[in-house]
Amino acid sequence: MAGSLAPVFEPGFFSSSPVHVALIVGGVVAIVSGVVGTFTVMRGQAFAGHSLADIGTAGGSAAFLVGVSPLYGFVTMNLIAAGAMELIGIRRPRGRDLATGIVLGAALGLAALFLYLDTTHSSTTGATINVLFGSIFEFPSSLVPVIATFSVVATGIVLLSYRPLLLSSLSPDLAAARGVPVRLVGIGYLVSLAVAVSLSAVTIGAILSTALLIGPAAAALRITKRAPLAMAIAAAAGVAATWLGILLAYDSYDWAPGHRGWPVSFFVVTLVFAFYLVIHMSIGRSHGHGHPSVGTGAA
Amino acid sequence: MFSGFMVTAWEAATIVAVVAGVVGFFTVLRGSAFAAHALPNGAFAGAAGASLIGVNVIVGLGVFALLGALTIGGLGRRARQDVATALAIVMMLGLGALFLSMTTEYAPEIYSLLFGEVLGVSGSELLPTAVIGMVCIAVVFVLYRPLLLSSIMPDAAEARGVNGRRMDLAFLVVIALATTMAVPVVGSLLIFSLLIGPPAAARSFTSKPLHAMGLSVALALGTVWAAVALSFATNLPIGFFVGAISACSYAAGRSWVAWRRTRPVTKISRTGLLRA
Repeated sequence: MAGSLAPVFEPGFFSSSPVHVALIVGGVVAIVSGVVGTFTVMRGQAFAGHSLADIGTAGGSAAFLVGVSPLYGFVTMNLIAAGAMELIGIRRPRGRDLATGIVLGAALGLAALFLYLDTTHSSTTGATINVLFGSIFEFPSSLVPVIATFSVVATGIVLLSYRPLLLSSLSPDLAAARGVPVRLVGIGYLVSLAVAVSLSAVTIGAILSTALLIGPAAAALRITKRAPLAMAIAAAAGVAATWLGILLAYDSYDWAPGHRGWPVSFFVVTLVFAFYLVIHMSIGRSHGHGHPSVGTGAA
Repeated sequence: MFSGFMVTAWEAATIVAVVAGVVGFFTVLRGSAFAAHALPNGAFAGAAGASLIGVNVIVGLGVFALLGALTIGGLGRRARQDVATALAIVMMLGLGALFLSMTTEYAPEIYSLLFGEVLGVSGSELLPTAVIGMVCIAVVFVLYRPLLLSSIMPDAAEARGVNGRRMDLAFLVVIALATTMAVPVVGSLLIFSLLIGPPAAARSFTSKPLHAMGLSVALALGTVWAAVALSFATNLPIGFFVGAISACSYAAGRSWVAWRRTRPVTKISRTGLLRA
């Protein structure tokens, strides 16, 4: 295998331990993002999903200030932010973006303050760049079990509340009429979104977190109207894009200019975007853009 | 506080606040908060690209902001707008990551593009800022009536021959212009707070569009001026003050609405009787 594939896999790809960690973490995050993201797209909460990645910056930089792992700062801040969004009114479709925007604006102000304090204390602005464009290759392998645990929590909430969540995502009125506690289910979902996003933002960066949350899921919901299948396609596409992106980034150390290696996030985002675009072009015309129907989805 | 480079800072902040107040009113009305976040953030990648190939930062910002607006408008035609916006912002930021990996730009400059460095605005940056700001406001007022109608009653607007898609795209371009103007001055995160906070608060106090727009400009001006003064006095980043004041003014607006709503119910109470 090594002989014929040598031009594709640069020497050392399979023996490098940062690559192993990146493949594992990227794969786990892509699967969680695919499962959670399918509902994010269905519920029209893409903005909330993206915002939580940015909002976590405030928590991450505060954690840096008090000297704990940024991961806990991210999770704490995102849970608070999800609560604030819920209070301001993320349930109503019209007020949704506004609720998210207000919380995001306030959190970014806090992030500016904490990052400023970080820089004056330690004379580095690395935190900003790390959070936005965070490198998957620099992730410490010791934190892999923590990531796995949080992933199980996030997917667990979604899978446990699967049927009520699906019904209340597609038709809140119908769900309420059938006695589903729509608000409670919504809060549970926001919690799992907050956990999933903080995980991926802190491991692979905010850009990749949004890309993997929205891109594969949106494309998958174009291909099929059945939620379980869409989740599977989204997870598979996310994992494929992540692994291919890691491979290309690894190979790119030999590319011009400068032999410094191109960022993983660029490759993964481009692959996800291209995948969505292909599906969008080929299926958009014939299927129109309806929501997945309740009957087939819940079956 | 009012001498030398501070005068430039006050002028720049004032221009940005007026434009943000006007454009932000429609941003909130149309529920375009995500686009208002995505375009400045994505345009930041354009600034990185511009510094890579050695052209003016404003050109990079403008090109990326407009490309972003067209991508959101184009993809949003057959898909959900929030999905289109999310994909546009990650694609632009992905390119930004690529550009940043190739430049030797120092992190503090990136920090100032993100979080703003209003005190570091140079006199020569004022003119382009003012000109683009005027264009933004002019476009909003030329499109005022169809934009308002299509924001509040999309169906009625459609029936009267207002093309909703075209209005969407036109407004995205306005946000893109405001972005190009504001990012070098106040940073991409701050312009977003200004586009959302003050207008959202203003809408709680009045439902008349022109009054709300005026109040939104006034609140934006108050926010920015207070933030510049506090930032000057305390040496803390201006973005923190803008974010905090915006959030507080929104909270005040919401409390006002809640208080007004409870008033008729508690008519027996003393305040109710006094006001009746």
